Amino acid sequence: MRLLSRIHVERRTTPPAWVVVSVSVGAIIAALLVAGIFFRAYGISPLRAYGDILRGAFGSRLGITETIRRAIPLLLIGVGLTVAFRALFWNIGAEGQLLVGAVAASGIALFSGLPGALLLPAMFIGGFLAGAAWGIIPAALKSKLGINDVITTLMMNYIAIYIVEWLIHGPWKGPTMRGFAYTDPFPAAAVLSTVGDTRIHWPTLVIGIAAAIIAYVLVKRTRAGFEIRVVGENPHAAKYSGISHVKVTLLAMAFSGGMAGMAGVGEVAGIHHMLLGPANVTGGYGYTAIIVAWLARRNPLAVIVTAFLFAVLLRGGDVIKVSLGLPFQLVNVFNGLILFFLIGSDILMRYRISFDRKERRAA
Amino acid sequence: MNWESWVIATFSRTLAYGTPLLLATLGEIYAERSGVLNLGVEGMMVIGAFAGFAVAHSTGNPWLGVLIASVVGGIFSLIHAFASITLRANQVVSGLALTMLGLGLSGVLGRRFEGWPLLHPLEEVTVPGLSRIPVLGPILFDGQNVLVYIAIALAIVLWYVLYRTRIGVSIRAVGEDPATADSLGVNVARIRYLCVFVGGVLAGMAGGYLSIAYRPSWTDGMTAGMGWIVIALTIFAFWNPLLGLVGAYFFAALFHLSFRLQAWVAPEILKAMPYALAILVLIAVSRGTLQKRMGAPSALTLPYRRGEE
Amino acid sequence: MRISRPTPRTRHHSSSESESVVAGQAPAVELRGIVKTFPGVVANDGVDLTVERGEIHCLLGENGAGKTTLMRILYGLYQPDEGTIVLNGKTVTISSPRKALEHRIGMVHQHFHLVPTLSVEENIILGLDEGPSPLLHSRRTRAKIRDLAKEFGLEVDPQAKVWQLSVGQQQRVEILKALYRKADVLIMDEPTSVLTPQEVSGLFGTLRSLVDAGLTIVFITHKLDEVMQISDRVSVLRKGTIVGTVHTSETDKRTLARLMVGREVVFRVEKPLVERGAVVLSVKDLHTTNDRGLKALNGISFDLYASEILGVAGVSGNGQHELSEVLTGLRRAGHGQAVLQAQDLTHCSAREIADLGVAHVPTERIRVGTVPSMTIRENLLLKRYRQAPFSRWGFLNDTAAKTHAEGAMQEYSISAPHDGVAAKLLSGGNIQRLVLARELCGDPALIIAAHPTYGLDVGATEQVRETLLQQRSNGAAILLISEDLDEILQLSDRILVLFEGEIMGVLPADQADPNEIGLLMAGSRRQEVVT
Repeated sequence: MRLLSRIHVERRTTPPAWVVVSVSVGAIIAALLVAGIFFRAYGISPLRAYGDILRGAFGSRLGITETIRRAIPLLLIGVGLTVAFRALFWNIGAEGQLLVGAVAASGIALFSGLPGALLLPAMFIGGFLAGAAWGIIPAALKSKLGINDVITTLMMNYIAIYIVEWLIHGPWKGPTMRGFAYTDPFPAAAVLSTVGDTRIHWPTLVIGIAAAIIAYVLVKRTRAGFEIRVVGENPHAAKYSGISHVKVTLLAMAFSGGMAGMAGVGEVAGIHHMLLGPANVTGGYGYTAIIVAWLARRNPLAVIVTAFLFAVLLRGGDVIKVSLGLPFQLVNVFNGLILFFLIGSDILMRYRISFDRKERRAA
Repeated sequence: MNWESWVIATFSRTLAYGTPLLLATLGEIYAERSGVLNLGVEGMMVIGAFAGFAVAHSTGNPWLGVLIASVVGGIFSLIHAFASITLRANQVVSGLALTMLGLGLSGVLGRRFEGWPLLHPLEEVTVPGLSRIPVLGPILFDGQNVLVYIAIALAIVLWYVLYRTRIGVSIRAVGEDPATADSLGVNVARIRYLCVFVGGVLAGMAGGYLSIAYRPSWTDGMTAGMGWIVIALTIFAFWNPLLGLVGAYFFAALFHLSFRLQAWVAPEILKAMPYALAILVLIAVSRGTLQKRMGAPSALTLPYRRGEE
Repeated sequence: MRISRPTPRTRHHSSSESESVVAGQAPAVELRGIVKTFPGVVANDGVDLTVERGEIHCLLGENGAGKTTLMRILYGLYQPDEGTIVLNGKTVTISSPRKALEHRIGMVHQHFHLVPTLSVEENIILGLDEGPSPLLHSRRTRAKIRDLAKEFGLEVDPQAKVWQLSVGQQQRVEILKALYRKADVLIMDEPTSVLTPQEVSGLFGTLRSLVDAGLTIVFITHKLDEVMQISDRVSVLRKGTIVGTVHTSETDKRTLARLMVGREVVFRVEKPLVERGAVVLSVKDLHTTNDRGLKALNGISFDLYASEILGVAGVSGNGQHELSEVLTGLRRAGHGQAVLQAQDLTHCSAREIADLGVAHVPTERIRVGTVPSMTIRENLLLKRYRQAPFSRWGFLNDTAAKTHAEGAMQEYSISAPHDGVAAKLLSGGNIQRLVLARELCGDPALIIAAHPTYGLDVGATEQVRETLLQQRSNGAAILLISEDLDEILQLSDRILVLFEGEIMGVLPADQADPNEIGLLMAGSRRQEVVT
């Protein structure tokens, strides 16, 4: 395709890393600029707004710690999603997987009767298994019956939401909670320790970072990771070389669901210390993590950075609610704009404009 | 407890609650039939709800509000159309982004409208004469909103267009086998844009109904996930507008009954049923011939590019 | 349904109403100097073709001869690089199928352009602009369809959904689609490849009534029997040019086969004399179906020996692809057996077969044989990543992989700066070397090579052939599937000809006459199998 006689537009093969990073950063900046327009419309200086956000995230001890604690679930879920995306499985169901993980943890905390020292490990294991199970169901439906993964994972989100609603309004309603729809608070042994007086439940953070490293190693250096990558990058070649699409999909989704489940454990055991209404437990992390994973270009290690970035935005939303009187929903505007600009920039990266006429045909 | 009045009240409320479901589902059916998955329904509905309320509140004219709600929904959907059709971006991600944007924008812009009652909501009507028909009369013709009738009429019209007109054939062809349609001269992109736009208009209208007629007010996120039920409904209706009519009222009934039957059945079970049913439907049609008869349009979520073979 | 009419010549004279080759009437279609190239391939190299009004004109040739490309140009799916199209004496440009239909040219493709979930009626009117009314006017349309159908023996229920129809019926819908749009030139691309024998005679009856009604038909085929049965004239294409146009009544199958296949002296690679060894692969009565559910292999049996190349000749679509898939675990066999040394392969998975030492060089080297976004190193491991030393306790051993890759790149002359280059950046030749390096390491006992030199330049082609001969000398049993008859003749020890899923003959290569093979490939004659 030629625009002018000396300008070529052709499909790029693989963009080098610096292009990917700079284009992604560009997309974010563009999104923030557009968001700035909205600030203007409210008579607020965008500079002031962004200044508030940055100060809110980094300017105080509370700010930094709050940012970090918001990054934790994004990190866990994001890492899981990078693995699922690598196997070409569109896991929109992290919200639901998070919730069932929280449910499992709450059940173990409140009703299992396990000795104190075993409670937290059991909760994490249970949360992982619950999330994994929730993820495996749509995976089986896709790999065995060819059913669309987006829709099944989405539907399972809502089933999970209503399971939680049912539990907190019904059988698990805390008798001590004076009519509020929560469970009882967890026993002390089921509460995650935090760093000092902050809300950073560090065991989950450690798990998250460990998971990022493990996922990276898994994907790049193990047999299972190799199979996942082949399935995701060329399903025909996968079939030709005897790789089982079913096994790979189930494995990837077990991991992704399990990670989201553990994020759920972290939220109820680390922040809320009880099972609350679904929206309060998930805080939309399951959806935000999709952008986190997307921006990280499916690289688990990069998720550490992108999770933190979105945590800054979330924290920023909290801050300007108070300082500027803007509703927290603004964060969704950021998220939506960033995602759109990312999509647009992805397209941009697919093509390359060159100014010479050299034929790039390999001999 | 008068059995008859219980039935009347239930069905009457079902019609009312089912209307936004129906409107948005009709729109999504058209979008998906042309091959474009639009996960942005929730965003389009909520921004339609906000825009409609804002206009109705400021001008005192509810019908103008409904009109603007529809237009805003349509314009919003064009963003997704551009990304999915022209840029051939990933439709899942684009749809999700649209929902986030819709929720965010409406939440922010709608701040100053929260808590205001709508002084001139869309009137309820009582059709003289017809409303006296036993049982059916009070359900259908007493105190229902005009949009309820419009929705039912649209369902029939849109069904007819899809199955009995040339453009309907083109729409269905584009969603199943865009390459074949293209080779016969059908403009694939144009049809897809049109269908996505229709989806946006109807979703916006549904949102407008919520904020101007059903619960004349504006609250942040007042669609409360209805957009996701629409996605489920589209499947449950096998992408057929008339089945969408049945399905919308069925799901609305489930929702309404979840409240009424609270004493006997946990409401969450009934509320979760639409989603579980959608999955079951997908499983049921996943086998061979059933898939062809009633399954999803084959080209759904796949961007189309004309290429040399 | 009409009875088979007598031979073309007789029909020609007896039918007075059909337009014949009488002077004064412009030919229905004239293609002048058509040139069409694709990257690396000249599909049509200055083709001149004249089709007279009212005749059935066959286009005969092997795969890759350029027949389908030429007709796709006529139908507006491709644009020619050079040359003109003249219809009824007027020069035209056909920029799309819609334009072709406006010029009354219709085409029935090998893979139908039908939307399965729509009804027959809907498929027929799709994209048609028949006036101001948006409504379907179904009753009128259906009546029209029924009339057309009855006139030409194309009965089909207009309200049936296309997926419910048999393949033969679907083809009728394709024909009706063209007729409904008033086509008077009908192009048919290998129409009988999907039909049963009864459906074939039904089709021929239809074609004759169409011609009686004034249509002109261009019939692409590789089957000599059909050419002799149905056509008035036949043009033979070979390697992108027309090598001859004759009246069917004035020729015979032998001549046509010779034209099709060519009499050039085949340059013979010096094949070392090698004793063949024991039986490696034994195939007995193998049956399988293709993706459409039709029979692809109809009870074939043969043995393959060590140190031998068995070339499978035949026009594409006669079961070769399915044969390679069954033998490599990518397709289920219906019936029958394939035994590798002592192991029954028939129902093994792809992985098990690869582990048994079967190499598979696939037809689509990029789409199936590699993961384009992965590196050379990783692609080389595609089949062996599970084995030591490449993986241990679940982890991939990068050093072993690197060493292996470097060795392979050297041995097979894969040209790239280093082994970390992504496969998609390699040229076709290098990709094939990559595939060979991967498949042939470990000295496989059985090699299934499908179209191994397709699309490669001369140098790469020579190299691939040398490699196969080398393997043969080392004791491998090689099943070579190729559409390039020269290649089969050069490399094979024995040649097996497949036609419509059955073995037409197995001949020793050094005694094989290309024309004879051409006849077999075109379904003409059966031969004694030479073991």
